[in-house]
Amino acid sequence: MGILQVQGVNKNFGGLKALDDVNIDVEAETVHAIIGPNGAGKSTLLNCFIGRLEPDTGTVEFEGQSLLNREPHEINQMGVSRVFQTPEIFGDLTLLENVMIPAFAKRDGIFKINAWNSVAEEHEIKERAVQVLEDMGLVDALQDVASQLSRGDKRRLELAMCLAQEPKLLLLDEPTAGMSRSDTNNTIELMKTISKRGVTMIVIEHDMHVVFSLADRISVLHQGHVIVEDLPDKIKGNPKVQEAYLGGAHL
Amino acid sequence: MLGLDANDRKLFLIVAVVALLAPILLNPFPEGSELAQFNAGYPDLMQRFAIFGIFAIGFNILFGLTGYLSFGHAAFLGVGSYAGVWMLKLLSMNVVPAIIVSVVVAGLFSVVVGFISLRRSGIYFSILTLAFAQMSFALAYSVLTPITNGETGLQLALNDPRIFGDSQIDGSIPPTNFFGFEMRDGFELALGPWAFTFNVGYYLCAIILLLSFYISVRIFRSPFGMMLRAVKTNQQRLKYTGKNPKPYTLAAFVISGMYAGLAGGLMVAMDPLAGAERMQWTASGEVVLMTILGGAGTLIGPVLGAGVIKYFENIFSKINDTILHNWFSFMPDTMQDIFVFLVNPFIGKGWHLTLGIMFMLVVIFLPGGLVEGAQKLGRLFKRKRNKQADNNALDAGD
Repeated sequence: MGILQVQGVNKNFGGLKALDDVNIDVEAETVHAIIGPNGAGKSTLLNCFIGRLEPDTGTVEFEGQSLLNREPHEINQMGVSRVFQTPEIFGDLTLLENVMIPAFAKRDGIFKINAWNSVAEEHEIKERAVQVLEDMGLVDALQDVASQLSRGDKRRLELAMCLAQEPKLLLLDEPTAGMSRSDTNNTIELMKTISKRGVTMIVIEHDMHVVFSLADRISVLHQGHVIVEDLPDKIKGNPKVQEAYLGGAHL
Repeated sequence: MLGLDANDRKLFLIVAVVALLAPILLNPFPEGSELAQFNAGYPDLMQRFAIFGIFAIGFNILFGLTGYLSFGHAAFLGVGSYAGVWMLKLLSMNVVPAIIVSVVVAGLFSVVVGFISLRRSGIYFSILTLAFAQMSFALAYSVLTPITNGETGLQLALNDPRIFGDSQIDGSIPPTNFFGFEMRDGFELALGPWAFTFNVGYYLCAIILLLSFYISVRIFRSPFGMMLRAVKTNQQRLKYTGKNPKPYTLAAFVISGMYAGLAGGLMVAMDPLAGAERMQWTASGEVVLMTILGGAGTLIGPVLGAGVIKYFENIFSKINDTILHNWFSFMPDTMQDIFVFLVNPFIGKGWHLTLGIMFMLVVIFLPGGLVEGAQKLGRLFKRKRNKQADNNALDAGD
């Protein structure tokens, strides 16, 4: 049984069937890619995992617990972190602060008034943040303001923020969208290292290069429905996938 | 020491020294001289500096850290004032219970207002707080007259049923005191032509100001303060980082409401009178101006802003035509008239105009407020000094 189980999820927007009986089973410590043409329902599906959308019917279970009807911060506290399409960071704060906040969230929970402690004396949290930033190759810029980073570095920072929480499941929504080739390759390497640490990942991606270099398993979404779920090698030659993507032409 | 790092400790010590020596520092001009009218070292004004400083420090915890702009904070100050006067009427002329009850009542009121207003953010939040404050103001004026004494304002009377203490002493209302030290007491120190007044009331305000400032520094430097700044820069990310922003903003709102209540309590401790106009939107706007003028989100900015605005309101507004004619008396008559005519709109009753221009200049050129201005000056000075040092080094090299 997988770490994340999606069963019979349906979601309608007015008359549009965005998700149609979606079933996905994500094994722990694997990278599971969800691909599909534009408008296939990939982002809608991801939003159902993190409390942004509620499916009309169906269940989403993480380690046996339902993720439905929960606030985003509650889902995060269960061990699910998310990377956004455009990096969401704390732009006005320093890199170090950006990574210390999730570390505090992991330790202190959803809400805590610790107004009398000094951040300067939180050595453990700080060491943890510096360690993660070092892993991501951002340790030289600890005191820089995050909004000044390049897009590629913002993505690294966002990954660092997620890693500082030691998540069990990491959701990535087109992590390399809008990146240069070299930034994309760097990001792939980063995600490979993260995966090796035993973090389960779900990646939504357009870039087939990224998908085939990372994924252990791939689900292909087409018009809100999972048409195939298989190993990467088998997906490549699957006629259904080719039809979905290219309207019948061969890859 | 004190749980502060070296820089904060230095800042705190400077504030402490300035606050404790204010009666001397604010009276730099000898009595009877031309410039004596610029002296601000009289008890009434110094108390106001400290009280509005506290008000602005609290406001800054909400606005400076979380970015939520409340336009209704005067309501908490007003509620605190009423609660304080009632304590003086019913309990005792000792100011301690009055101040404590002011803080508690304002805190409870801000829980209610905050809980409702914080359902929205941005401009809608500001409008909700404004609506609450104007509602409180209108209620205090009309329906709640039995509690607030309406237009006249709530004040002490000769027949107040004070539980601890007397209703009247020798036919007059007893003065407010701090365990026997009367607020209006003090002593005058005359040094040659200089005269300094050390007033008990001011020193109570100053010590509470220092405590408030210290607490605010601790909040700014704590993990809690870091979360508040995270709310300001990206609330969305904070949610997906496992933190619920709502209780954080509410906590900041209540803390700043309690600061406002404390300021209200101190006001009545100094002068036992509470009027509804204290809650009007102009009063709420004033604390916004103070915070932005001094530098929102900085530690010392709000106190500076409060000082500047209160100084203008009380000192600048006193300058009138006669004084102006005096200043320009060295000129020929026509020139004198022209100059007086030109300067006249900016002084006396026109002090708002000067303040407005100053506010505009600060917002346009120094978005970080007066604190940013000071920092820029500091850097400029440092650069010059470094250059000087470099030159000296070169000279030595020759």
